[in-house]
Amino acid sequence: MSHVAHVLGRIASAVLLAAVAAFFALPMLWLASAPFDAHPSITVSLPEFTLDNFRAILDNPYALGSIGNSVIQAGGAAALVVVLAALAAYALSRVRVPGRDALLYLLLLLSSVVTGTAAMVPIFELATRLNLVDTHLGVVLTVSGGLLPAAIFILKDFMDATPTSYEESARVFGASPLQILRHIVVPVVRPGLATIAVWAVANVWGGFLLQYILLRDPEKSPGSVVLYTLYTEGGQPNLSLVSTFSLLYSLPVVLMYLFVSSRYGFRFHGGIKR
Amino acid sequence: MRLFHRPVLIATLTTAVLTLPACGSGTPAGKDGVTLTITANAISGGKNTAAAEWIKQWVIPRFEAAQKAAGREVRVLFQPNGVGDEQYKTKVALDLKSRTGADVIDLDGIWVGEFAQAGYLKPLTELGGTAVETWEGWKQIPQAVQGLGIFDGKKYGLPQGTDGRVLYYNRDLFGKAGLPEPWQPKSWQEILDAGAALRRLPGVTPIQINAGTAMGEATTMQGALPLLAGTGTEIYTGGKWAGSSQAVKDVLEFYRQIYSGGLGDPKLQQEAKGRDKSFAEFADGRIGILAEGDYFWRAVVDPKTGVAPMAERDRVVGYARIPAKRPGAGVRGQDFVSMSGGAVRVLNPFSEHPRQAWELLSFMHSAEAVKAELAGAARVTSRSDVNAEVLAADPMLRFVSEEVLPITVYRPGLAVYPQVSAALQEATADVVSGKPVQEAATAYRAKVERLVGGSGNISD
Amino acid sequence: MAPATSPTDAAGLGRGRAVAFALPALVLIGVFLVFPAIWTVYLGLTDYRLTGPAAADPRLVGAGNYTTALGDGRFRDSVWLTVQFVLGSAIIGQAGLGFALAWIMRDRRGPVRRLVEALVLLSWILPGSVVAFLWIALLDRDGGTLNALLGTPGAAWLLDHPMPSIIVFNTWRGTAFSMMLYSAALENVPPSHLETARLAGASAFQQLRDVVLPRIKGHVLTNVLLTSLWTFNDFTPFLLTAGGPEGRSEILPVYVYNVALRDGQLGFGAAVSFLILVINLVFALAYLRLLRDRREVPG
Repeated sequence: MSHVAHVLGRIASAVLLAAVAAFFALPMLWLASAPFDAHPSITVSLPEFTLDNFRAILDNPYALGSIGNSVIQAGGAAALVVVLAALAAYALSRVRVPGRDALLYLLLLLSSVVTGTAAMVPIFELATRLNLVDTHLGVVLTVSGGLLPAAIFILKDFMDATPTSYEESARVFGASPLQILRHIVVPVVRPGLATIAVWAVANVWGGFLLQYILLRDPEKSPGSVVLYTLYTEGGQPNLSLVSTFSLLYSLPVVLMYLFVSSRYGFRFHGGIKR
Repeated sequence: MRLFHRPVLIATLTTAVLTLPACGSGTPAGKDGVTLTITANAISGGKNTAAAEWIKQWVIPRFEAAQKAAGREVRVLFQPNGVGDEQYKTKVALDLKSRTGADVIDLDGIWVGEFAQAGYLKPLTELGGTAVETWEGWKQIPQAVQGLGIFDGKKYGLPQGTDGRVLYYNRDLFGKAGLPEPWQPKSWQEILDAGAALRRLPGVTPIQINAGTAMGEATTMQGALPLLAGTGTEIYTGGKWAGSSQAVKDVLEFYRQIYSGGLGDPKLQQEAKGRDKSFAEFADGRIGILAEGDYFWRAVVDPKTGVAPMAERDRVVGYARIPAKRPGAGVRGQDFVSMSGGAVRVLNPFSEHPRQAWELLSFMHSAEAVKAELAGAARVTSRSDVNAEVLAADPMLRFVSEEVLPITVYRPGLAVYPQVSAALQEATADVVSGKPVQEAATAYRAKVERLVGGSGNISD
Repeated sequence: MAPATSPTDAAGLGRGRAVAFALPALVLIGVFLVFPAIWTVYLGLTDYRLTGPAAADPRLVGAGNYTTALGDGRFRDSVWLTVQFVLGSAIIGQAGLGFALAWIMRDRRGPVRRLVEALVLLSWILPGSVVAFLWIALLDRDGGTLNALLGTPGAAWLLDHPMPSIIVFNTWRGTAFSMMLYSAALENVPPSHLETARLAGASAFQQLRDVVLPRIKGHVLTNVLLTSLWTFNDFTPFLLTAGGPEGRSEILPVYVYNVALRDGQLGFGAAVSFLILVINLVFALAYLRLLRDRREVPG
């Protein structure tokens, strides 16, 4: 009886997983067909195969460079966020500061104000006064400010959940706190750090308005900004360029996914079970 | 490469980012001479690529050479953009607010008033000096077109060109529906009659007059405002905004007749990409009559460069003036009406070299420069001397220049206009989705009253 | 808030070094987040605009923007739509589907799990502007893939069902985070406890409620707090529906965009941003309360 139920359960879960996979895969079809179509439309269809669209996008003076800029800005922000958030999360996790959870949540709430459209003027004026307009650094620092609270919030949870016994023994052997963090804690939460890094990259990768407003020189513009240049004066997207560029511009994050996934796995918390 | 085993790597990455050259904003100083910057919503390989190429390949080298010949060392830079109008406007406004930004700036003429009110612009004479008044170009630019750069009687910018709205129609479909051709409706009723005939064709949407909020300003400019002009009123006259007047109700009633009467596709007005789709459908022979600007002819259905190209555009696409509600019922007692807009170039009031910036600006508006900008393509420029030469090649644009511009109307350049425009779009959306005209008009009036500060500023 | 490990100072950090560890992050947050955020809140008390006379000379209007917003039917509609959006896509959609996937796949290994995870994660990391095109291609009424599959040509999903469309969209977009979080959380539930409960005749629901939930409560809280906050501020649906038709999918971030960027009313937009913050706070308190109450039920 229970065996039958078990088999039925397995079948049901397999069907469900297949449906979920189809649901998540379906929208991505367009990205696989339109860039190779001589006359792409919003409809997914078997393409009238061509590579001309790729040739056209390579002729665009800013397209490829912009993906490099995205890498600099998203990579820079992710590195900054992961390092600073890990340090802060560790400190907040291990040392009791009164009201730390409330403070963290307050910062999290404020980050929602700053990432909204209404904060444009303060952010721009701040960047102007700090001489950060038209620099990669300006973009990196501004987006990092918005991402840090959530990163600390999540990482602190991980750190809270890791056992402290190893740290204690390392301390007995005379390791400094920074060494303990680097050699004991980081390895345990590494998949989590990798996931936060990917999250940060994905967040910065798609960001448009802030990047557009802070940058002047198109040689520094990230892909998200260049994607919008592929529209006509009346605001119509040039679908052959837009779809092809979308594919090229998505590739780095897909590669990053494959790399992180094969190396660290996408998991929160460490491999140690409590 | 194990990312998290190697703090060194992270440290390097972080330092690399932190030490990236933090060169300042604004104009990088030239070696010893003057550096000027031009900005526009144009970028090579993307939006308005021709304009960007013109600035880079023609304006900059020639202006620099001309200055050098006069013994001055001037360097000119170009800051391209390729975004939606709202984003571009925001960026320029932020730059001017913080007293930085390019020396010569492209703006939509409709923004001049609100920028001037904000203190972001100054009259050209205050910046360029006496050279402004004596510029040869003024007498080539018709007074109405100069108006694009004028606010409160002062000249803030040089207009680049203008445009006009017409009714496009598909001659093949007209033939099939047994309609006369060439077609020139003389009243709104004649548009509806043609629509009724087109309706018999399977798979054809008879009329596309932009409506709703998804099309944004395209609804106001191609739909509500030309219709309003056809009732003899403008959205803003004599210091008052049009409220729920009979004129506004007439416009909404016309929308109702189209979209509740099966003459238009109400869903298309609601779709986020509805305007793109209307272009594709027209190009595909599935829309009979479409109200659009000359942009549609030049950039949408152009056989080579259009986004929805029509190989046989010159044979298939007809165009007609937009009629007033009845003959003689339009603004200034006209039989036909249109709406126009256009871009201008202004000087940055915070420029370090305003005189040289004016020289650059006027250089960009010389007959020779304007012709070079067209690079063989036809469009209605601000200069009559250039138009006389270049429009000969394109009958449609000649039609706009000769038949449409004399009867056209311009929008009011006030900061609150975009919101009034949005309220008008919402009113058309209400009607298209089936709300009674009276209700939509009342809701519109309530919104406008709030926007413009009380009913004292509204005419009903 | 966190799973209950006693946060002792195992590494011997001490207050001083803890401050030094946290300082770089706090400085960056202070300069690039707290400062502009407070400035924005201040702008919310003025009639500041991007252009026009009010740009040159903004005036303090006190609570004027707030009373205007609360009195505006469009704002109240937008709040209600956003609540639907958050409950539907963040709580039921992302957290629900994320948990279901984590639960079903908890003892699965192999290609099926890897494929499902890869697809779910990809939809999370693809850039928003690209994703918008993908979904328009899926839901388009003329050439949409969905209509081709279902044999329903002309069904205008985005127009006739704008809210369900963007709710499903956002579920697709954000389930990855919840799935990962719950996968990790479920590792904290010892299989033996589930086995015991099963042998004692507990139904699947009872197992989840009595054995699983108490052990993952901290994760659930983190999950709902973050996904709600992110969903409250998600602007991507604008690229699908532009807030339409007739504002029927104008969620608060879209409302702020329209007000602040299209209309240029930055002061008013700032005030609405602050109201969004307050609504988020209310949600957070509700979650805290709900999950605290659960804790008092004996496991």
